[in-house]
Amino acid sequence: MSASQNYSSPALEKIPITLIVNGETRTIEVLPWTVLLDLLRDHLHLTGTKKGCDHGQCGACTVIADGKRINSCMALAVMKDGASITTIEGIASDGALHPLQQAFIDHDAFQCGYCTPGQICSGVTLIQEGRARTRDEIREWMSGNICRCGAYTNIVDAIEQVLGSNQEAGR
Amino acid sequence: MNRFSYMRAGSIEEAVKAASADSSARFIAGGTNLVDLMKYNVERPTRLIDITRLPLNTIEDTKSGELRLGAMTTNDEVAHDPRVQSRYPLLASAILAGASPQLRNAATTGGNLLQRTRCYYFYDTGTPCNKREPGTGCPATFGRNRIHAILGTSEHCIATHPSDMCVALAALEAIIHIAGPDGERAIPMSEFHRLPGDRPEIDTTLRPGEIITAVELPPEDFVEHHTYLKLRDRLSYAFALVSVAAALRMDAGTIVEARIALGGVAHKPWRDPAAEAMLRGHPASTERFAAVADHILRDAKGFQDNAFKIDLARRGIVRALSQAAAGTPQSQTDKRIR
Amino acid sequence: MLKAQGYVGSPQNRVDGRAKVTGEARYAAEFDAPDLAYGIVISSAIAKGRIASIDISSALAIPGVVQVFTHENRSGTAWLDRNYRDETAPPGSPFRPLYDDQVVYSGQPIALVVADEYEIAAHAASLVRIAYETDTHMTDLDIKRSEAYVPPKKRSGVKAPPSPRGDAEEAFTQAPVKVHAEYRIAIEHHNPMETHASTVIYEQDGTLTIHEKTQGPQNSQSYVSSVFGLSSDQVRVVSPFIGGAFGSGLRPQYQLFLAVMAALELKRSVRVVLTRDQMFTFGYRPQAIQTVSLGANPDGMLQSIMHDAIQTTSTFEDYQEVVVNWSNLLYHCDNVKLTYRLAQVDTATPIDMRAPGAATGVTAIETAMDELAYATGIDPVELRLRNYAEVDEANKRDFSSKELRACYQLGAERFGWAQRNPEPRSMRDGRELVGWGMATGVWEAIMQKTAARAVLSADGHLEVSCATADIGTGTYTILTQIAADIMGLPMERVTTRIGDSSLPKSPVEGGSWTAASAGTAVQIACQTVRESLFKYAREMDASPLANASLEHVSFADGRIVLTNDPETGVSFTDIMRARGVDKVEAEEKASPGMMTSMRYSGYSHSAVFAEVKVDEELGIIRVTRIVSAVAAGTILNPKTARSQIIGGIVFGIGMALEEESMLDHNLGRFMNHNLAEYHVPVNADIHDIDVIFVSEHDDKLNPMGIKGLGEIGIVGTAAAIGNAIFHATGKRIRDYPITIDKLLG
Repeated sequence: MSASQNYSSPALEKIPITLIVNGETRTIEVLPWTVLLDLLRDHLHLTGTKKGCDHGQCGACTVIADGKRINSCMALAVMKDGASITTIEGIASDGALHPLQQAFIDHDAFQCGYCTPGQICSGVTLIQEGRARTRDEIREWMSGNICRCGAYTNIVDAIEQVLGSNQEAGR
Repeated sequence: MNRFSYMRAGSIEEAVKAASADSSARFIAGGTNLVDLMKYNVERPTRLIDITRLPLNTIEDTKSGELRLGAMTTNDEVAHDPRVQSRYPLLASAILAGASPQLRNAATTGGNLLQRTRCYYFYDTGTPCNKREPGTGCPATFGRNRIHAILGTSEHCIATHPSDMCVALAALEAIIHIAGPDGERAIPMSEFHRLPGDRPEIDTTLRPGEIITAVELPPEDFVEHHTYLKLRDRLSYAFALVSVAAALRMDAGTIVEARIALGGVAHKPWRDPAAEAMLRGHPASTERFAAVADHILRDAKGFQDNAFKIDLARRGIVRALSQAAAGTPQSQTDKRIR
Repeated sequence: MLKAQGYVGSPQNRVDGRAKVTGEARYAAEFDAPDLAYGIVISSAIAKGRIASIDISSALAIPGVVQVFTHENRSGTAWLDRNYRDETAPPGSPFRPLYDDQVVYSGQPIALVVADEYEIAAHAASLVRIAYETDTHMTDLDIKRSEAYVPPKKRSGVKAPPSPRGDAEEAFTQAPVKVHAEYRIAIEHHNPMETHASTVIYEQDGTLTIHEKTQGPQNSQSYVSSVFGLSSDQVRVVSPFIGGAFGSGLRPQYQLFLAVMAALELKRSVRVVLTRDQMFTFGYRPQAIQTVSLGANPDGMLQSIMHDAIQTTSTFEDYQEVVVNWSNLLYHCDNVKLTYRLAQVDTATPIDMRAPGAATGVTAIETAMDELAYATGIDPVELRLRNYAEVDEANKRDFSSKELRACYQLGAERFGWAQRNPEPRSMRDGRELVGWGMATGVWEAIMQKTAARAVLSADGHLEVSCATADIGTGTYTILTQIAADIMGLPMERVTTRIGDSSLPKSPVEGGSWTAASAGTAVQIACQTVRESLFKYAREMDASPLANASLEHVSFADGRIVLTNDPETGVSFTDIMRARGVDKVEAEEKASPGMMTSMRYSGYSHSAVFAEVKVDEELGIIRVTRIVSAVAAGTILNPKTARSQIIGGIVFGIGMALEEESMLDHNLGRFMNHNLAEYHVPVNADIHDIDVIFVSEHDDKLNPMGIKGLGEIGIVGTAAAIGNAIFHATGKRIRDYPITIDKLLG
């Protein structure tokens, strides 16, 4: 881990990296400036992760990296060598929707659907973080995901429902 | 984005050596600002030195009572660390007022200190900018400057430092620990960022090759009387128009120690020790708070769009001091301002 | 007939919901092709002048760079302006990308860098060097307003202001109570979450399949055919999912031109995706300066309405919208003068943005009406009721239906308006001032000629199709509901296909007309299938339905049965087997009735009530509650309908408090061209939103009585919030968005 690696790329040399994407180990060569988001979308064809602003200002590109939600547009792929990445394609398991995915459908928590994968990755992590209890807290900690269609109240309803049923199950 | 080479530093020494050897190399950690700027072609490093795997990701108590935040700790880790929350709630609150959960998971303590200033023109290579291309001029001065500075500006640059965390660090008088080609040194927070003057391209007092290793929080923690009040154009996920970190130590209703730091108003987190001194030995009162605010803003200068910030800062300072004195710090999730 | 299973009118989950929550829904930039090349657009840094030189040599030297297209090396395209005109183009000369060395606005595309990989293109783009010769530009409406003019050529589909009636000037002079003020609305950009993108797949036979962010696949198809001289069967535009648009996809944007140009030239598939900052380099909601003068008697009865608007347009097209007509449409008055003018600035041409014109004009009139309420001491709801327009006075037509009165009443009840102390600054919640304000919303109920096909397969599966688009509105779902009800099938056995230029003809999706237009077309096509199927059933040997008529049978669970004897019937499958066909299909057109549109005016209406809490000292405004009561005819799906209204309200909150594209007039350039500094509402900004659908029966506009919902949610919302801020603070801010500086100032 601490051994240094020195790559140079004068002739557009690519660097091999390994990522665990949705549980599957992927080895791929990337340019130093390949961004995780573009790697997922253009190279691994996991287009569920969206590019909305490409500058960390909208949250459409949210993925879960080693258990934390991050903006994949701000992460250089080469720096994520060895990381475990969960994208929207990895949220459902064996075809069964995650409760939050179902709650998004039931509460109509999206319209165009473009911010939705980011909202869901963010919401799933918010639930795992276990800090949000009130609607104010959900709102604030979901504010890194812009929805231009304005589905915010339904998004909060969907998350609150899953949070509530989790708390009930935990009793 | 320009072409660059990439190296992953295995040790601090190696990182420093690599950076010293190449003046256009940059350290990269969370990347939330550097990658942003590189995509706009504002930053064009020839080499990136990845320092995320350096052993600088711990939060530790020192023997003399400080809390030492490794430079690679993330904003999220710091904000939710139980020691930070119980002993430095001002810092936790300021961090949580900034950016978004996603960005806080990536952004690091060291990187937050090294955020470049926020300015429409600096970010847009289609326009002149003295900070980006020295000598080309500052269109912000006579252009759109709603988000720009009112204090410490120069004719060359009126950009603002956008960090929330740094405003709290300024109030807490944190110490920045540095490693560099000439060994280790420490810089007080107040001397870490600089004003633009005639060299707006330089944001900090770091020297070439130097790397931030840790931020040390002094024992004085202001647990009872503190607040971080952030005023902005929407209720979350926006840079501050004005933010105020206020920290007081009070004894039987009298202010014993006072710190006030402002964000969003200058090229650096803004402190005014003389104004703070006006509070010591006095009871909390709106009148005195207003006098202090006036003193801090005595040389404030507004431009076409941002003159309102002077008034807003004055009001923000008074409110923040009132919150701190009352022991009712601003919540970052309940948007009703206390 | 539609009540068979009752999908129509009942809340249904979106049929595309699963695709959207799993990431399976594919948007324009997400279709792959062998050997796909990536294009990156370079934008002009200056607002006006010419390109003196472009040095592309460094970029071309990068391995993997395929070509850098500029005006100097682009291949031949159509010569005539009119070849670039799309079906929604305003009068004028459309912008032609890479046409020559002239720069006519800041951000205009001036080069396209194409490479084997996105990362290579991004790097190469940073190496292109451009030198300009600049001319003097002008982007300041405050200066250009003195040269404002009445557009000589009207934009198709946009009603010019009606001729003046009575003597508004004189009546205003004589009126005992007067309100006269100027209202300003900032430039806004649509900023859908998905940036504009086109993936042009160059097929082996040289035809093009284009995955394109558009509200009109056939509009984009005909644009490409016309500009590049291709026949329509050489170009197919497919856009099953659109990541929002709000009007930005009504016209083909320049990335489509560039991607097609590159694909044809390189004989290779090409994808071009705009960056977020490039989303500020084409259409926008124009800046508007409006003057409203209201003269009234002390009892609030309007004696004079004068409403003038000046809006920005580009130097090359006369973009127009309906801004001022709404004032007289909403309020009875005998002396009316409505005027609308344009002023040219050196920007891109504006483009329709959610409720174009109405969002602008109604904000002004509804703010002015609030001022009149205070000037006369009459409750704002009561003032509107007193001046309620019973007919469309300008056109001397009845309304096809209008339940606005019920909107006021039900909205006020739900909101608790009766508890309001009208005195400004009289209501508080702790430190915060509380303000309650209201406003009216209105939008035209439009229907456009649209075709649809319905194909029932022998396995009992129904497919309905139409070349319209679903930008998030729920079109997939409502068309499925309509078709399932008519054919008596569960929704799971109906597939809706839209977003493909090869499907039956449809205009662009917009103007809130899609539900009425595509919905009616699907309805008619399904009815034809139903009739054919019934005919086949009757003609079966020993048919149990031989003596039945269509009125006496029901279609249910994939069978035709006698309504009063449901045990007697035949299955769709048996009917087709007996007939020896494997499908029954029909394609039909729906058109608005000419007589109806000459005799009736069709509009949807709303009453919007807003609560704000204001920390006056710090200028912080929170919109804590909105109630919107909407009368919009038949509500096909209350669940997706509610989302439409909520979305419009959130847009309205943005308009009221946050959204402003800031031009630097020295540079002629939008400066906050990103989502960090062009503020749209985030989750924390949005609190309780309550939507009421007021029952409204309309049997004139279209068979199902649909009026549409995409626009009405935003209209009136900004005014309601502005009026609430006045109630809270006593400060009347007539310059939207109402930001901290304005509240403190």
